[in-house]
Amino acid sequence: MSDQKQPQRPLSPHLSIYKPQITSAVSIFHRITGVGMALGALLITWWFVAGAVSPGYFGFVDGLMTSLIGDLVMFGMLWALIFHALNGIRHLIWDTGRGMEIETVNKSGVFVVGASLVLTLIVAMIV
Amino acid sequence: MVELRLPKNSRIRTGKTWPKPEGAKNIRTFRIYRWSPDDGDNPRVDTYFVDTDDCGPMILDALIWIKNKVDPTLSFRRSCREGICGSCAMNIGGTNTLACIRGMDEYEGDIAIYPLPHMEVVRDLIPDLTHFYAQHASIMPWLETKTPEPEREWRQSIEDRKKLDGLYECVMCASCSTSCPSYWWNGDRYLGPATLLHAYRWMIDSRDEATGERLDQLEDPFKLYRCHTIMNCTNTCPKGLNPAKAIAEIKKMMVERKL
Repeated sequence: MSDQKQPQRPLSPHLSIYKPQITSAVSIFHRITGVGMALGALLITWWFVAGAVSPGYFGFVDGLMTSLIGDLVMFGMLWALIFHALNGIRHLIWDTGRGMEIETVNKSGVFVVGASLVLTLIVAMIV
Repeated sequence: MVELRLPKNSRIRTGKTWPKPEGAKNIRTFRIYRWSPDDGDNPRVDTYFVDTDDCGPMILDALIWIKNKVDPTLSFRRSCREGICGSCAMNIGGTNTLACIRGMDEYEGDIAIYPLPHMEVVRDLIPDLTHFYAQHASIMPWLETKTPEPEREWRQSIEDRKKLDGLYECVMCASCSTSCPSYWWNGDRYLGPATLLHAYRWMIDSRDEATGERLDQLEDPFKLYRCHTIMNCTNTCPKGLNPAKAIAEIKKMMVERKL
């Protein structure tokens, strides 16, 4: 037997080589939209707080929030809200043990992404 | 913990391109992960060319062809060559599967082969499964009974036996567990889809009398509840089983017993 020191074993590659697929993509978007909305809620709070501070300060924050960038952020937030809600319903259905066959899972994943985009556009046009 | 980058000693370098077989008309290109404990180098990806007219149709056939005809140092596990032993589980074309039951014609272009993801590599395509097996052993993978043993076998109705279909077929190849991002980041404490499927297999066995203890054992923030229903496990299972559904059923049993 050799008493030579063996080099430390490497960790096999994971994220960098694993094929992106509907299952994991929708899952990570669910988390990203969840975190994003929490941050977005802070932005909106800041908007309200600014209104309580002074008219000048509110004007500054309001200007930011209604600028092109502000509009884009709010549009993203709207999508995040709708996507997260729809996918949340998908998760609730799974929690009852239903709709978990892989064909159904892939279909409902595509549906949630598609429906969230369509609903976001509709709501954005109304507002 | 989530660590997106590989540790320094695990980053992959460009490897060697092996010579093309002479006079071959139909050639497939394989890019295969290599690492040897003997030289202390980082892992690399080698390129091999396989003469498909001289080789069987499956991915495993190609690996054996390379080992016999090109590079005898290429290491991988294999045994039954018919999807029942689970030895040749690896990451092929980006998803985990068994090399012996996937045909080369199921893949387009170059075929990339890596060991099962986020595992310690023993050599080339061979991951260390010690921890994975220990997790399986921890869920009491046997019939646990309290009533005295019957004179003959433990009997079961046809309906009760049917509940085990889709569960007993699991060959413990670890494809599902190593496809699961939750298992990548928390595999030290989260049991992973394969082990949890087996846990469920014993819970719903009509002859088993330890369902309560089995559920108690999983009542833990990590062992069971790190499953976030990502569904990569079910998507990748080479036997077409549904570990994610088995986990959902365990979660349901957890709730139902409190009602």
